[in-house]
Amino acid sequence: MEGKRFVYMDHAATTYVKKEVLEEMLPYFTENFGNPSSVYTFARKSKRAIEDAREKVAKALNALPDEIFFTGGGSEADNWAIKGVAFANKDKGNHIITTKIEHHAVLHACEYLEKHGFEVTYLDVDEYGMVDLDELKRAITDKTILITIMFANNEIGTIQPIAEIGKIAREKGIIFHTDAVQAIGNVKIDVKEMNIDLLSLAAHKFYGPKGVGALYIRKGVKIDNLIHGGGQERRRRAGTENLPGIVGLGKAIELATEDIDGHNEKIRKLRDRLLNGIMEKIPYTKLNGHPERRLPGNINVSFRFIEGESLLLLLDQFGICASTGSACSSGSLDPSHVLLAIGLPHEIAHGSLRLSLGDMNTEEDVDYVLSVLPNIVQRLREMSPLYEKFMKGEK
Amino acid sequence: MEYSDKVMEHFMNPRNVGEISDANGIGEVGNPKCGDMMKIYLKIEDNIIKDVKFKTFGCGAAIASSSMATELIKGKTVEEAWNLTNKAVAEALDGLPAVKMHCSILAEEAIHKAINDYRIKNGLEPWEDKFSKGDHDHHEHHE
Repeated sequence: MEGKRFVYMDHAATTYVKKEVLEEMLPYFTENFGNPSSVYTFARKSKRAIEDAREKVAKALNALPDEIFFTGGGSEADNWAIKGVAFANKDKGNHIITTKIEHHAVLHACEYLEKHGFEVTYLDVDEYGMVDLDELKRAITDKTILITIMFANNEIGTIQPIAEIGKIAREKGIIFHTDAVQAIGNVKIDVKEMNIDLLSLAAHKFYGPKGVGALYIRKGVKIDNLIHGGGQERRRRAGTENLPGIVGLGKAIELATEDIDGHNEKIRKLRDRLLNGIMEKIPYTKLNGHPERRLPGNINVSFRFIEGESLLLLLDQFGICASTGSACSSGSLDPSHVLLAIGLPHEIAHGSLRLSLGDMNTEEDVDYVLSVLPNIVQRLREMSPLYEKFMKGEK
Repeated sequence: MEYSDKVMEHFMNPRNVGEISDANGIGEVGNPKCGDMMKIYLKIEDNIIKDVKFKTFGCGAAIASSSMATELIKGKTVEEAWNLTNKAVAEALDGLPAVKMHCSILAEEAIHKAINDYRIKNGLEPWEDKFSKGDHDHHEHHE
């Protein structure tokens, strides 16, 4: 195809590893491979590298190094936070509050706890994906031991009022966990100021490697272990440390948080140019998520009369990587739980497209997508009986 | 999940897309709520499928199945078209992923519906099939 280029607009799914990050990691695969738990001098380099990364993560969140625990990714951090707090505090109560738009790592962990005697309230969100603070307050009972609400949504990009939620939780003496996997590097986070007790993050969302993450646990929070075994991570998380991964996470979070404002401005400018172009060029299009309170790189739109998987396949033919909330791409019956929670009808949710911009993208990428996408949408609409009906005014 | 080259070829270059203004048999099946809907137009003359067109809202497999199914019944007798099974559509596409088999069922169902629409319009008894017996929820297959 003439003029075809590779355009990666799925940064919310995962990112590439930055060169500076990879370079920091490499020696820990080959030369400095020592097990951090070993006593000899050679292994101390490994131990020091992990503590150095821990300090970087702590600094990025305004936490103490002793409050950072490395995990095998974001899902493990979520599972640990939720199950660990639930089981360690079950003498105080059995009630957990979360939302309907959480990542499956949170939702399925909560569903698991429901099978083990816990009760979970799944808060509704408004049409923009925002949690209602009054509804949150009303949901709290004397049995509530944990509130877990994501910082920013992975599909629609909506950013929750985390500091306000943290304040409510602290006043009531309830432990507050937030899944900040999408937020790191996009939103300034201060766990002290925001009254966050636990926070999950994953390196591969901010230009670090896959398979490594961290859980921040505020000093004094009662939590059981999830992974039992050796004495690593101060006896809280067993298993020989993913040394190169942890080193990469440390470098990546340092880079991602050194200039959040500058990074956001650059990405938001590209995003707005793309979003405005889409809304201008493609009729019967709806923006999903909050118009302002959203991640700088996130676009989520629904094109009426067409289905998302076929849209992705055509975009792929033009070298464009994106994602959808349509059921047809996942093989399940229902479209994305997030799009349903913000009140989209099924047929509109099936026509959703998420473009998540990041450091790989340029103005040329944006212009290329704008030159390709309207034609693709029109091509699918020409094929759609729904569009035909609509144009004939039948419905 | 990966599609065969044949599916991608039919998805990228679908045959018989469109409407037939003087169609004498039309069948519409599926539900936009479930993410797929198919409409088949037939022009039948002397018991032969002279022309066939389709419009489909759905995934790549749904569009490819519509394209292949219409190709397979073009020029055939009404009886031959009726006997086209979803398996034959899927096989002609070099297979469909298991979760996408319902797309080929949708194509078979749409053709049946269009043929019965033609029969009713011509004062004939509609034929019975597994769909008219109530087994028409194509989504049962992956629930």
